[in-house]
This record gives sequence, C-alpha cells and structure tokens, in this order.
Amino acid sequence: MNTLRIVFTLAWRNLWRNHRRTLIMIAAVSVGVWAMIFMTAIMRGMVNEMVRDGISVLPGHVQAHNPDFRDDPTINNLIPLSEAELSERLQDIEPVALATRVRVPAVVSSEYESRALTLFGIDPAAESELTFVEGDITEGRFLESPDDRGVVIGRKMADNLDTKLGKRIVLMSQDPDNEIADRGFRVVGIFEANLEVHEETMAFIGKQTAQSMLRIGDRVTEVAFLGTDYRDVEGLYRSVQQALEPELRVQPWYELDGYLGTMLSVMDGFVLVWVIVIFLALSFGLVNTLVMAVFERIREIGMMLALGMRPAAILGQIVIESLLLLFIGLIIGNLLAWASVVPLADGIDVSVVAQGMEDFGASSVLYPQLELDDMVLANITVLALGFLASLSPAWRASRYEPIEAITKT
Amino acid sequence: MAAVKCIDLCKTYRQGDQDIMGLDHVNLEIKEGGFVCLSAPSGGGKTTLLNAIGGLDRPDSGEIWVGEQRIDNLSKGDLAQMRLHNIGFVFQAYNLIPVLTAQENVEFVMQVQGLSKAERAEKSLAILEEVGLGGLGDRRPAQMSGGQQQRVAVARAIASRPAMVLADEPTANLDSHTAEKLMELFVELNEHHSTTFVIATHDQRVMGYCKRIIKMLDGKIVDDIDQTGTRVTGSA
Repeated sequence: MNTLRIVFTLAWRNLWRNHRRTLIMIAAVSVGVWAMIFMTAIMRGMVNEMVRDGISVLPGHVQAHNPDFRDDPTINNLIPLSEAELSERLQDIEPVALATRVRVPAVVSSEYESRALTLFGIDPAAESELTFVEGDITEGRFLESPDDRGVVIGRKMADNLDTKLGKRIVLMSQDPDNEIADRGFRVVGIFEANLEVHEETMAFIGKQTAQSMLRIGDRVTEVAFLGTDYRDVEGLYRSVQQALEPELRVQPWYELDGYLGTMLSVMDGFVLVWVIVIFLALSFGLVNTLVMAVFERIREIGMMLALGMRPAAILGQIVIESLLLLFIGLIIGNLLAWASVVPLADGIDVSVVAQGMEDFGASSVLYPQLELDDMVLANITVLALGFLASLSPAWRASRYEPIEAITKT
Repeated sequence: MAAVKCIDLCKTYRQGDQDIMGLDHVNLEIKEGGFVCLSAPSGGGKTTLLNAIGGLDRPDSGEIWVGEQRIDNLSKGDLAQMRLHNIGFVFQAYNLIPVLTAQENVEFVMQVQGLSKAERAEKSLAILEEVGLGGLGDRRPAQMSGGQQQRVAVARAIASRPAMVLADEPTANLDSHTAEKLMELFVELNEHHSTTFVIATHDQRVMGYCKRIIKMLDGKIVDDIDQTGTRVTGSA
C-alpha cells in the first residue's frame, strides 16, 4: 500500500513536471474524446432517426403475414385467419399498439396521370401510434374511421398526378379472383414525409373500404405490432411467433427492412472503428509523451531501482502517469461532448444537402444522440488502449539496469 | 563479523575493441562498523567494486557476501530487496527525486520498505535535524544548495538504519567546507550507530577520515592499510 501511494504521488507530480507538454497532451486527448463522442452522437442520432422513420412508415417493430406474402405481396396472399381468430390468438400479447391492414399494389389515376403505388387499407385509430401519416398531414385531414370513403396521398404523388385536396382519383387493383377491383376516391388529406419516396409510393384508405373494394370480407394482409423500444424487440417477436406460427410468418423490423437493420449493425461497428481510429492518432502523441518523460528521467529511475524499488513499481508509475493524463483528458472530453450535444437537441438543419441525405434514407435534420453505451465505449477504449500504449515505454523504464541508468548523461 | 566479503571477483568491460579488467581477482573483507575508503585513479576499479558490493553490477566470476547472504547470484528482484533493506547509497551527483520534498526524499526508502507514515515522519524529521537540515524538510531539491542536497541524500541513505552505506565520490561536487561537514557527519554516524561505510574516492581530504584505505589500480587491490599504517591481511 505504501509503495502504491509513493508510486501514485510520483506519477501525479511527474505529470506536472513539464506542465506545458502535459497540457498539450491533455488538450489532444480531450479534443479526441470529444470528437469520438460528438461524431458518434451525430451518427447515432442520424441512424436512430432513419430507423424510427423507417419503422414509423408502417413496419412497426414486428409484423405477421401470410408466409408467401413477402415474396408475392398481393391480394392472393391474404392472412388465412379471420380478425376474430387473430384476436383470440393474440389475447395474451400486450404490445404498445397493434393494427391489422390491407396492403396491396395498386395503380392510381387522376384525370392527367397514372402512377403505381402501394395501397394501404387501415384503421386510423389503431394506427395512431404506429404510422407517421396522421401527424404529417399538411392539408385536409387524416382518415377518420375504417369505413372512411376518402383517400390520403403524399405531396409528391399529388404533384405527380397534378391533383389536389378535394379532387377525385381512381384506385385500381385486383381481387382474389384476379378481377379488376377499382373505385373512385376523393382526396381528403395530403401528407408530407421525411423522405420523398414515401410521399410518392403510398396511399391510405379505410380498412373496411379496402376490404369492400377488394372483395375480401374481413381478411387482411398484415398485422403490425409496436413494442416499447426498437432495439429490444426480441421478447415481443418471440411471443408473436408462438401465437401465430406456423400459419403466419412473423418477422422483426430489421428483417422486414434489411437496409435499416444493416444500418444499425454497421453503426455499431462504425462507432468502434471511429473510436479506435481517433485513438490510434492520439496514441502516437501519448507514446511520444511517455517516451520523452521516461527519457528525461532515466537517472531518477535508475536511482530508484538502486535504492530498492522493484521494477514493477517503476512500470506502475509510468502506466499510472499515462492513465492519469488520459483520465483528465477523458473528463474534459466528455464534458465538452455533453456541452456540444445538449444545445443541439433541437436538431442540426442540413437541408442544404437534403437530397443527398434522402438518397440514403436519412432526414435533413440531424438530432445528435448522446448514448451512455457510446460514451462508455469511448472511455473504456481510450483507457484500455492507453494502458496498452503506455506499456512499452513503462516496460523499458522498468528494465533499466540501475547502474547504467544512473550514469546516463 | 564481516559486513562484506569478496572472493576472487573478476569483471571485464568491453570498450571499443578492447577488454578492460574492471575487477581483477579482488579479495576483500570489511568488518561490521568499518569506515573504509576505496581509493584509485579514474578507471582504477573503485566504483566497479562499490557497485558490485551494492548489488548494482554483477561480477563475471567470484563471490560477494553481504553479511551472511551471498548476493552475486541473486535475481534482480531479490537484489532490489537486499539493497532496500541492507544498504544505503550516496551517489556522486545528489540523485534526489526532484518532485519530492527533502522530507519525502528521506522517507522514500522507508516508504518502499513499508513503514507507517508516523514512523517515517518521526525518523525523517530526526535525521534531517541530525544532518543539519531541520526546518528545511518541505523544500524541493531545486530550492536547496548542493551541500544541502547531498545532506538530504545522506539522510535518505541512513534514515532506515542500513547495516552499510556505500558512497561514491560523495564530496566530488561540494566545496571544501561542505565536504568537511559531510565527512564529520559520516564519522559521527559510524561511531554512534556502528554503520559500516565504504567510500569510493580519490579525494585526499576524505581519505584522512577513513580508518582503512584500500588502494586500487587497474582493477586490482594494490594496497590495504589501516589508520595506524598497518597493512591489512586477507586482501590482495
């Protein structure tokens, strides 16, 4: 204990012996740690936003379909259970929200243009927590009931069709007998989404209206479930699987939208790589500082060894000196990162490059997200790699022959 | 009883293309409480012998005994422990730790030995008083004169009451008045605490204080006389 105390005292005081060099190194560590955490927060925020947006565009956290629906998403692959049977199977599951939908490919026509899109027949009350559309209506209203006779389309689609609120458009698809199923709808609402692609590929009508138009009784094509956290869907996923398989195929969101799932995995890898790359840059400065510090103290180290201090204590002294330096840098870096992220909680507007952002599915407003896991990862990485980086100079210092070190000039 | 015993010590150095005999079949015995001077011109082998006795340098052949322990075959860690508990060192350059105060420097060895804070403080303050530095314990080496620093180094060497103090040219960087004071301190410690002193020097003033003078040349002991002028047997 005594040796540890003197080793710690020596490490701390030696740290401030060349205070200018130490302060420069602390500044480098602080900026490096700040960059690790701040950039990670930006990237994390961007990916989280992408995932949330993606999930809010109908997938929910878990979905169930006819086993063939994912390969052939048409009216021919309806869920082979009635709504009553579904309710009975799912009675023990308590998701945050649950909605059944009709989802089929369709063609929409105005008096000027025709476009292909995906038609959703939804129950607006059940979708209120699942779907983004209700909050993004910029003109008119959202659907009011499952038997609402109106249609809600995206701003981009309205522009493409050269139509507007209050005008009529025709939706056309097929019924299970491969007969044309079509109907005219009045545009009752126009929504704007974070991604333009959603505005031009989706149209919403009442679920019962869709069932009636497609002549499918009370059948649906999709059941969507919302849990509490998109990063923790396993529990919900397993329960729904137990309740509905094998008649239905159940999938979590990261399988439904492989791009989003991959983005999230890539992000975790990216954070680690980013943190390590910055640390590697830092480590050169750190090792140089320690090598210089050891070089300047060779005689002292030799003298301490001559007086009977064990080599392990010398090694510990250099390592502790390095860790103290990193620790101070970490504290400052963490505080800087926190102080940088908190004022940006309302988002960073990058609409100048909005089109580019949209191309890979991100919104034009970034919301930096400071996550404890990322901060812990950055801090542990810096300390662990710093420890490893300091081992070489510390080891060399502890291996000096006392008499050679004392006589070094 | 012998404080130090060297049997047929040899040590060769490589300097350029030449092999130089640092120690050439040295046999030596120093009794407990001895006050011995190793005298030689530069390169004569006195520092090499001192370092070998202190376990800082290993001989190529021969045996070194400190008290009843043979030390020439100890591991690095065991040598460190032997030095820590048995030997106090005073180096030519004061070799204090610049980031520690005088008192902390004096306590350094005791702290590594594991003595309690109270015990260390009591001993260090007493020894600083003894070497004439009472009241200067909180000064850093940079705030002290050369003589004061060397006294701190002496205080550190003797604070834990080692059986033997090895001093390498302890007066080399001191003015004559300070050197005299330091030697008087060594004599006092030798007489009051029976601490064995082995001092490597070519300073005639230092030799005047020693009870025994061992003269070396080219790594060999060429003369070994006590203060009465009698040649000591058993050394060669």
